[in-house]
Amino acid sequence: MKKRCGQALSWEMTDGVVELALHREPLNEIGTLTLDELEQFVDELETATSRASALIIYSTLPQGFSAGADLRELYTRGRDLPMDERVAGVRQSLERIHRVLNIIDASPLTTIAAVHGVCFGGGFELALACDLIIADKMARFCFPELRLGLIPGFGGIPRLKRDLGNAVVRDLLLTGRSFNVQKAQAIGLVSQVAAEGEALRVARSTAAQIGKFDRHTRVTAKQFIKPVPYNELRREIETFCTLFARPAVEEALRRFVESTDRQPYLP
Amino acid sequence: MPTLDQTTDEILKLAATHFKVAREKLAPGDDFFEKLKIDSLQALELLTRLENHFRVELPDYEMQGVTSFRALAERIQSRL
Repeated sequence: MKKRCGQALSWEMTDGVVELALHREPLNEIGTLTLDELEQFVDELETATSRASALIIYSTLPQGFSAGADLRELYTRGRDLPMDERVAGVRQSLERIHRVLNIIDASPLTTIAAVHGVCFGGGFELALACDLIIADKMARFCFPELRLGLIPGFGGIPRLKRDLGNAVVRDLLLTGRSFNVQKAQAIGLVSQVAAEGEALRVARSTAAQIGKFDRHTRVTAKQFIKPVPYNELRREIETFCTLFARPAVEEALRRFVESTDRQPYLP
Repeated sequence: MPTLDQTTDEILKLAATHFKVAREKLAPGDDFFEKLKIDSLQALELLTRLENHFRVELPDYEMQGVTSFRALAERIQSRL
C-alpha cells in the first residue's frame, strides 16, 4: 500500500499496520470529499490485507475524531431540488458510505478507532465499524440525529444493536445525549481508556500485539465473532430516506446550518 | 455534599486552569463563553472536564441555554 496524502484523509502502512488519518477541517465532517477519499482508501486496503494485520483510524485535528456527516453539504446540495431527486441523492450517498463502512467492518484486519474529543453522528458510526475503540479521557460519543428529526444513517443503529444492550442503544438514540468515555467504557463501547492525547499511542501498542498472532486464526476468529448485519443496514437506509423526505427535517437542517448562535441548533 | 458555593468555586478553578485565565478574573455570574473566549466545541470540552472532575453525567440537553458558571454549578449540584 502506497503512502497517500489526500485533502481529507491520509494513509500509509508501516510494519504491517495501516494507519488512516482524518484531517479535514473543521472537524472531519463526512461529505463528498471525504467519501471520495474513503472509497479510494478501502479499494487500496483490500489489496493490502495479505501484508497487514491491523488498521488504525484516528484524527489529527485537536478537537476530536469527527463531528459526523457534513450537514451543511447535505442541506445546501439538495435545497433547490425536488424532493424525489433530493432523496435519490441522499440514498446514493448512503449506499456509498455503507459500502465503505461494510468493507471496514468485515475487513480481515483487526481494526481500531483511536478516538479523542468529539466522536459524533457519522464519525461515531465510522468508529463503530471498527473492531475496537480506544479512546482518551476527553472523548465524547453522541448520536444527535433525532434532535434534527433523523436517525443515524451510516450504519450506526445496526452496529450499536450488534454490540450493545438494547437499553443502552435506546438511551443513546432516543435522548440524543452524549456519553463521556467512562460511561462509554462502562457500557462496553470503549475497550481501553487512554490518558488525554494518548489514544493513538495505545492503539499502536495494541496493533503491535495483534501483529504477533497467526493471520489465519486472527481472521477466522473475527469472522466468527463479528457478523455484519447486512439486512438491518439495508433497512436503516430505507428508514433514513423515508424520514429525510419530511418537511420537518428540511426545516431542522436549515435552522442548524443557518444558526449563528453560540450553541448549535439542537432542540 | 459540597455547597453550591463550593461547587461553583471548583468550577471556576478548573475553568481557569484549563483555559488559562486568571482565577480572580472569573466570577460565578459570568458568561463562560465570553469570559473564557470559547466556542461550542470548547464548551463541550468544559462539560467533559466537569463530568470527569465531579464524577457526574450532565446530559447535553440540560446544558442548552446554560451560560453562567453559577448555572453550571446548579446543574452539577442536582446530580451529586
